[in-house]
Amino acid sequence: MAIAKVLGIETEYGIAGGPDMDPITASSIIVNAYAQQGRTRINWDFHGETPELDARGLPGLTSFAPVVETHLANTVLTNGARLYVDHAHPEYSSPECRSPLEATLFDLAGEEVMRRALVVANETLDQEYAITLYKNNSDGKGNSYGTHENYLVSREVDFSNVIRAMVPHFVSRQIIVGAGKVGSETDHGHDADPAFQLSQRAEFFEEVVGLETTLKRPIINTRDEPHSDAERFRRLHVIIGDANLSQVATFVKLGSTALLLAALEDEGPEGFPSLPRHPVRAVRAYSLDTSLKAVEICEDNLWRSAWDFQDQLWELATAYVNKSGGDAVGDEAEVTMILSQWREMLDGVRDDPEIVADRVDWVAKQRIVNGIRERYDLDAHDAKLRAIDLQYHDLRPEKSLAQRVGLKSLLRVDEVREAVHNAPRTTRAYFRGQCVARYPDQIAAANWDSVVFDLGEGPLQRVPMMDPLRGTAALTEDLLEVSSTADELLQALDR
Amino acid sequence: MAEQERIQKQRTERDADTTQDVNVDATKGDQLKAELDDLLDEIDEVLEENAEEFVRNYVQKGGE
Repeated sequence: MAIAKVLGIETEYGIAGGPDMDPITASSIIVNAYAQQGRTRINWDFHGETPELDARGLPGLTSFAPVVETHLANTVLTNGARLYVDHAHPEYSSPECRSPLEATLFDLAGEEVMRRALVVANETLDQEYAITLYKNNSDGKGNSYGTHENYLVSREVDFSNVIRAMVPHFVSRQIIVGAGKVGSETDHGHDADPAFQLSQRAEFFEEVVGLETTLKRPIINTRDEPHSDAERFRRLHVIIGDANLSQVATFVKLGSTALLLAALEDEGPEGFPSLPRHPVRAVRAYSLDTSLKAVEICEDNLWRSAWDFQDQLWELATAYVNKSGGDAVGDEAEVTMILSQWREMLDGVRDDPEIVADRVDWVAKQRIVNGIRERYDLDAHDAKLRAIDLQYHDLRPEKSLAQRVGLKSLLRVDEVREAVHNAPRTTRAYFRGQCVARYPDQIAAANWDSVVFDLGEGPLQRVPMMDPLRGTAALTEDLLEVSSTADELLQALDR
Repeated sequence: MAEQERIQKQRTERDADTTQDVNVDATKGDQLKAELDDLLDEIDEVLEENAEEFVRNYVQKGGE
């Protein structure tokens, strides 16, 4: 049986402005602004962070292992998320969620957290230092930052099979979940000189498999840092996605990937389409071709377009759900919605993109870029078109273009507001979030797999949470309700 | 019916169909165009005034 696809998204936001035009300072102001609203003052605990471990069991062979920075603003929210400064960006890592729709909700909650932080921060700053935030992945000048998905995968799945099964999906899914980009910003991108491409991220990928995230970015990242019981679980860390403004795109990105991973666990990699012979070339070439006709030679000597891959993967996922039900990913209604939206988006981008301009970010963006270009008879590389690209991702409601192009909603505003403060009830994020909300003065630190209490006397006490599916509301709500202090909670847990 | 007439009739029918299709499409097309025009007006209103400077000033350090 496939294990529950616990999942979430980490998003590094683009940031501009701030005193000294220093992004690290500006990012710290954003994180501290939110923390100082009184919602959280809990520090992140770095115990158990091992980003240098490689799922292939080898040390990092290519160059440096990633570095954990411990001195920057770093905090845990009552909704179970982590809000911190990562390098030179404010980052929101969503809490662990139990279904793609829930993870979409908590990704939206992250946008709202950033928006609120932005308002609070800018109230304290002179207007000339006002900060702006962008939910995107590149600055158009060759600098990229990430939107990373995480999926719980059984340790029983051999990592070579993850590579075998998932590369086709990761090179091709951009045709429906790419966020779109005006122009190009790498040497090979400039060679093609596109007016517009499907993905923000595609041209930054240089390897098929690897441990890196900032240099020589790989299509499959091998970071083996499960933040849970390593005997039983892997955490597949997916670094190749774009940040989506379309809720449906976020949902389908997570849902399709989770279903394919569940199918891999239950049925092995044999039914998956053959890999492209040159995956890096494929991911770049597909991104550059908005007609979706580009084909790549595969290991079975057939040529496939990105659309062909997605069509075949949709068939595989559908057959899997018909046979096994898809419980590992979500309930029947949600799994049906993943498959139907995925199909509609696929057929739409091929037959009549206008129909899916309310769901597919790149289509929505290209529509307005082309519209303005025609209206003013602009060159393909006009700064105005690049400004549209950038401003599509602007978080400020008065500036956001994504909020104006008619994207469909999956979740209500009141649900998002709720998710800003309250953790999902379905995973250990519930216990973490509740502890932060109920006993803030008695928590020394928290991280993904533990909460550390400081009761004032005696040693710090760590409550481990090595199973993401324990610590749910079903398992801990009663206990939390009757424990008015952390002391009482710990005594009750001991019993 | 003479061969010539039959072809003529088919053509006429086809022409009629085609004409009708164009009409429907034109109406739908006009609607879409009008909607897009309204959207572009709105975008024009909120777009940063100095696009050149706005784009040039947006420089990020890599992340991840």
